[in-house]
Amino acid sequence: MADWIIDVVSWTLLLAGGAAGVIGGIGLLRFPDFYTRLHAAGVTETLCALAILLGLALQSGLNLATVKLIIILLFLLFTAPTATHALARAAMVDGVEPEVAEDDSEPTPGEPSSNT
Amino acid sequence: MTLVMVLTTMAVFATMGLALVRALKGPTVYDRILAVNVFGTKTVLVVALIAHINGHNDLIDVALVYALINFIAVVAVLKLTKMRDLAKAGKGDITDG
Amino acid sequence: MRYIISLTLVLAALWLAISGVYKPLILLLGVGSVALVVWLSLRMEVVGVEHNPVLFSWRLPLYWFWLVWQIVVANINVGRLILSPGRIHPRMLSVPVRHKTAVAKVAYANSVTLTPGTVSLLLNEDELTVHALDTRSARELEAGTMAERIAWLEGSATEQK
Repeated sequence: MADWIIDVVSWTLLLAGGAAGVIGGIGLLRFPDFYTRLHAAGVTETLCALAILLGLALQSGLNLATVKLIIILLFLLFTAPTATHALARAAMVDGVEPEVAEDDSEPTPGEPSSNT
Repeated sequence: MTLVMVLTTMAVFATMGLALVRALKGPTVYDRILAVNVFGTKTVLVVALIAHINGHNDLIDVALVYALINFIAVVAVLKLTKMRDLAKAGKGDITDG
Repeated sequence: MRYIISLTLVLAALWLAISGVYKPLILLLGVGSVALVVWLSLRMEVVGVEHNPVLFSWRLPLYWFWLVWQIVVANINVGRLILSPGRIHPRMLSVPVRHKTAVAKVAYANSVTLTPGTVSLLLNEDELTVHALDTRSARELEAGTMAERIAWLEGSATEQK
């Protein structure tokens, strides 16, 4: 009975992870500029990795493989924001302009200068 | 059970294909690096999935090492495009803070 | 000395978890590599510089669970935006950062980037510049729930102005 529940939960996680990956990939193609594509990449790098690795960990049970999967997951979750931030910073320093919606209720802050 | 695994693997492959299209289309170099980063993360997941489908638990070590290499490669490529030199650090370095 | 001991323990646990082969020769190699890494870290003078014992408390796992929940919620929001891209409303905004330690500031910026919909672009002394994908993500960030959680993690929630 307990096995059955674990199977269903892990299948749900795996399929949800796959779906999140595909949705993020579609966003990577559909979004208009570089900074919005960063958000689409964020979907594939957080939810997709989280769900698939947790689903695999549930499937393999309590052993060293699960520990390794958790280590991979923690490492991905620690490095993904670092890589994203480095990319965003590099693009900004290089002068890639973000498209900002015009009809904004608040004044947008000026472009941060590149020499900080 | 194997069916779910294979379906998930196909979905991850589809994501890799979409990322590859973005990497080929550009338009800026940062779009390409972003797509390559996504591709690398998905490679880690595919290796982990295949390790589980085949029952080869040793392959998980490959996934672990690929996760490490992928991160370092992205940062190194960024630095190379920015500084044209991996050893140089200076003004406008992306690793400031 | 405390940092050296904690670093050694963490490295040894990592070795045992990843190796999986517990024979005398392999264990000896493990001891050797742990000693090498600790010696290299001492030579690089990075031991004790970047970890703050305050953040290694019972609050960290609780914060992680909360953050995972936030990531799931934000992912569903961004997923819906991807399927109907007409509704995106990208903009830049700045939020104040009132945390005192560098670790808390970096944890805040990393958490902001980790939740899809917001990417931190620039972290100054007391201000974080963020690119937000839509109005809802921006509003949630401006509400400051995450900043409060980090302050709670830092343990300085009561001292804030």
